[in-house]
Amino acid sequence: MSACDVIVLGAGPAGASAAIEASKAGLNVVLLDAGAAAGGQVYRAPPGSFRVTDAEAMGPDFAIGDGLRQELAASPAKCFFGRSVWHIAPGFVVRAVFEGNTEVYEAPTLIVAMGTHERVIPMPGWTLPGVMGLAAATILLKSQRILPGENTVVAGTGPLLAAVAASILKGGGKVAALVELSTRMDWVKALPSLISRPDLLKRGFGWLGELRAAGVPIYRGHALTAITGDAEVTGVEIAPVDAQWRPLAGQRRTIAADSVTIGHGLVPSTEVTRLMGAKHEYRHEQGGWVALRNEDFETTIPNIFVAGDGAGIAGAAAAALRGRITGLAVARRAGRKIDASRETTLRAQLGKAERFGHAISDLMQARPGLIETMTPETIVCRCEEVTRADLDSAIRDGARDVNQMKAWTRCGMGPCQGRMCGEAAASLLAAVQGGDRSKVGQLTARPPLRPIPYEAIVGQFDYADMELPEPQPG
Amino acid sequence: MGARRIEGGIARPAPVSIDVDGQSIQAFPGESVATALWAAGIRALRTSPVSASARGIFCAMGVCQECVADIDGRTTPTCLEPVREGMRISLRWNRP
Ligand SMILES: Cc1cc2nc3c(=O)[nH]c(=O)nc-3n(C[C@H](O)[C@H](O)[C@H](O)COP(=O)(O)OP(=O)(O)OC[C@H]3O[C@@H](n4cnc5c(N)ncnc54)[C@H](O)[C@@H]3O)c2cc1C
Ligand code: FES
Repeated sequence: MSACDVIVLGAGPAGASAAIEASKAGLNVVLLDAGAAAGGQVYRAPPGSFRVTDAEAMGPDFAIGDGLRQELAASPAKCFFGRSVWHIAPGFVVRAVFEGNTEVYEAPTLIVAMGTHERVIPMPGWTLPGVMGLAAATILLKSQRILPGENTVVAGTGPLLAAVAASILKGGGKVAALVELSTRMDWVKALPSLISRPDLLKRGFGWLGELRAAGVPIYRGHALTAITGDAEVTGVEIAPVDAQWRPLAGQRRTIAADSVTIGHGLVPSTEVTRLMGAKHEYRHEQGGWVALRNEDFETTIPNIFVAGDGAGIAGAAAAALRGRITGLAVARRAGRKIDASRETTLRAQLGKAERFGHAISDLMQARPGLIETMTPETIVCRCEEVTRADLDSAIRDGARDVNQMKAWTRCGMGPCQGRMCGEAAASLLAAVQGGDRSKVGQLTARPPLRPIPYEAIVGQFDYADMELPEPQPG
Repeated sequence: MGARRIEGGIARPAPVSIDVDGQSIQAFPGESVATALWAAGIRALRTSPVSASARGIFCAMGVCQECVADIDGRTTPTCLEPVREGMRISLRWNRP
């Protein structure tokens, strides 16, 4: 057991920044992450065995991420990578698995900065090998340095579409089409908020320019309605959508491709605050359920703080600023001396970053009509292979919230813990309740939070020995 | 057909061999096993427990479990496991 002042969960921009600030202010900080290095989603580093020969070819995020990694390495924070956190008990006792064995860490204060996961609203064929999330494609491109396919359809919502498509081209691959749900008008409406970051806006236009120059067909206001192929992907079928993103009947078009990458926005990862029984609220523009917090980012459970996109989607710049502010606040509250004027400056910068981030996040969120891409036979829960028809029949039988649905159909009961299917299931339930997602609740978090080898649990202790806080609705 | 590795920006270490169900494939130490399989054109990594349909990389970050295989005797998501010389991988076909 290793004891310290603060444990930071997640070494993305938020967690790394929090660990830097809190440790520099004199606290004894332990930082845990499942990845092999700091950086999180946006600044994910290539494997340590790869040598970066041309930082420019790696894109502008690489340099920012590298700067953050160096700052973290120079700080007094103790970093432990390759640690998948799978359980937390009050007090706080954190259990993480490392190379097949469980390690235990303890601290009176927790900063939770576990980022996001991706929402994908299913369509027929989405379980075929060759179909992956936009986040997965980003990892292959940025970190593993491999193309997601030879000829890829990039589909869904948000700025990640153009970013992924542009990096496929840059890596020497072909983009069969970019299929985006939003229309040009949706982007124009968001412009007043996006203008606060002209640099990022310019980058976005740059990607679009590269796609046009390469002659990539761009379909706006379109959904993927099916992915075709027997054993592997051979193409997709797309259709225009209405304002609520319901695919219009009878207007299908097919596109040949050998791979598909798709995503419908990001969802804050709240498994730890749910497990610990903190109160959450539903904030559509921030990606969904987020832990309630005060201005120091402390949740309703004293001494549990949330930082970064896990506290509501606002993008990389806001994530880093929230991390720094949280790190300083934790140090201040522990009686350490901090530079108050610096905290004020960071808070002002955060306001601006959040305005941009929330506008983008709002643009990415799936609209209610998109559930119609799920035909009755479409598998919604990939782990337990529960179809839309199964879910519809549970709803007809009276299922009204996500935990009821899970108990009745097993949707969300598999090893991914509903991270892949939870959003789709909740959207189906919400559709029969006037579209109000807050009414259908959120899945109760249960350990292990991450799938871990059985041997990592047995031999350590029994499930019965674990202290579990009472699950709380909402 | 194998997926192409991107050459720009980085230099990989010298390649090694790993064994996939008796077939030897080339891989680079440190890249994920999922990447090595992807590059070798092995996209279908396992069959699903209920309908025995093919599955492959979906999240690439250890969450979905679609990419699990037996690596040196342990059931592991291939997307998180770095390649090491001499690894033995057995794909989980028609096994839960
Ligand atoms: C593919 C992708 C690309 C993105 N690109 C951009 C972009 O270009 N610009 C932008 O502004 N935003 C981007 N975002 C949004 C992005 O999530 C953030 O802005 C930023 O990464 C948030 O930082 P964070 O520190 O909050 O979380 P993250 O960067 O997601 O970091 C969370 C960390 O927590 C770790 N973690 C999670 N659960 C566990 C666990 N159980 N055990 C151990 N460790 C755990 C993860 O390994 C990860 O390193 C992107 C998101 C995705 C998914
Ligand atoms: S691809 Fe999802 S766990 Fe490996």
